[in-house]
Amino acid sequence: MTTGILLQIAQTLLAILLAPLLMGWVNQCRAWLQGRSAPPITQPYRTLRKLFHKDAVIAHDASPLFRFAPYMIFACMALAAGIVPTIANDLPFSPAADVIALVGIFALARVFLALAAMDTGTSFGSLGARREMLVSFLAEPALLMVFFTASLISQSTELPIIVETLAHREFVIYPSMAFAAVAFWMISVAENARIPVDNPTTHLELTMIHEAMILEYSARHLALIEWAVALKLFTYSALGIALFLPWGIAAQGDFNALPLAILALVAKMALGGAVLSFMEAISAKVRLFRAPEFLGTAFLLGVLGMLIHFLLEV
Amino acid sequence: MSLTYHLQVVNLLAALLLLISFAMLSQRRIIGLVTLFAWQGAALALSTAIVAWSTGQHHLYYSAGLTLILKVIAMPWFFYRLVKKLDVDREVEPMINIPTTMLIGIVLVIFAFNLALPISQMSGTVTRSTLGIAMACVLLAFLMMITRRKAITQVIGFLAMENGLFFAATSASYGMPLVVEMGVALDVLVGVFVLGIFFFQIRETFDSLDLKHMEKLKEH
Repeated sequence: MTTGILLQIAQTLLAILLAPLLMGWVNQCRAWLQGRSAPPITQPYRTLRKLFHKDAVIAHDASPLFRFAPYMIFACMALAAGIVPTIANDLPFSPAADVIALVGIFALARVFLALAAMDTGTSFGSLGARREMLVSFLAEPALLMVFFTASLISQSTELPIIVETLAHREFVIYPSMAFAAVAFWMISVAENARIPVDNPTTHLELTMIHEAMILEYSARHLALIEWAVALKLFTYSALGIALFLPWGIAAQGDFNALPLAILALVAKMALGGAVLSFMEAISAKVRLFRAPEFLGTAFLLGVLGMLIHFLLEV
Repeated sequence: MSLTYHLQVVNLLAALLLLISFAMLSQRRIIGLVTLFAWQGAALALSTAIVAWSTGQHHLYYSAGLTLILKVIAMPWFFYRLVKKLDVDREVEPMINIPTTMLIGIVLVIFAFNLALPISQMSGTVTRSTLGIAMACVLLAFLMMITRRKAITQVIGFLAMENGLFFAATSASYGMPLVVEMGVALDVLVGVFVLGIFFFQIRETFDSLDLKHMEKLKEH
């Protein structure tokens, strides 16, 4: 039990510390693909350090919620990162929330971000918050559909059992998971404010979604939010790996598999980040009103995955 | 579940066929549609070859080869050239907007799955569970033919429907007799070429490939 708790702490810390590295890697790949000279992979860490050393500027009209929100968002993401199995399966924290509760945790962070964005009463903040809500209310049911497909296969909504079924039993190809994987990819692109739904580098008022919400933040608050964004990308990647490429995650109590699990995690994340930046390089941002179509397609693929499961796998 | 690995791969390819059918429904550009059609042909040829290998039905190799040559290489190449020559890459907005079409598509898939369930229980082949997917592909291609306006997209829809029928034949009864398959392949090939000539004629007469002009039967 003690080792389990230690492992849990190690896994959560690993996620928190490695998340900016993943972000740096994605940015680096993207710069290479666009033919620019890339920033060093540690750039996000330097940005975070710089931001933590600055003095925070807060609007006069801001309520305590505005100060509180970054801590809340970061805590939500850290909690989510602790629940998703990244290196070891079935840790003591995992029973705290199943996949449906995990969607709830993401939603909680989003609600606080949107409230904080509207709190100062600037037009950009409320614009961003509304757009974020438009995107997320379409993404959430699609995400649930993906989770339901995985749950139908493993007869459980608990992530450890899903991973156990997919990784450590006899290898079976699940065609429904192919649909779910495409849907999950589209949802994570939308949820992490990447191209084609949102552009993480733009500050153009016509197009920005996520950046519009955090315009009023500075210094340590901004640093926490940026860190939480990196952590969200990391958690979604870990979730994708746990659902669709779970091989390598150490089984319960299997300590010898841990070094291999860490290696596998790094390799998969590096690959996933490269693919993400490649997809971003070849696609253009769509208009905001095309986003419902994009996410509608994701939802449809999730539903199709469930239907395929009933046809082929029962 | 006790299927062997190659049958699991066939199931995966069947799911891929359905995925490509949906991608075709949502595709706005004709060049993209042609590429998707070629991929659908490739998935079909691969699954036919795997069924042939796992069941020892040698004539299925021929139909897989035929599919590969005709539907993955010849026809897409022909369509690419046609689209370049006719300069019609952009499809006009379809009759029903794309999200609605996709929703109708989902309903069709559920319908096809339910329809195929009793039939596939009677069939004795190992690939019978993919029959529902084949029927869904046929219905989706049909839906594409109904909702699109351009002549080229309708022909691609027709060919996609043929793909679905072919897949249904493979999954329900290990393919049709080779003579029938050769005949169908030849028919489709000739049909495509004749329709290719038709496109030029249609454009010359109406200055567009939009088929709604053909609803007026009177001479100008």
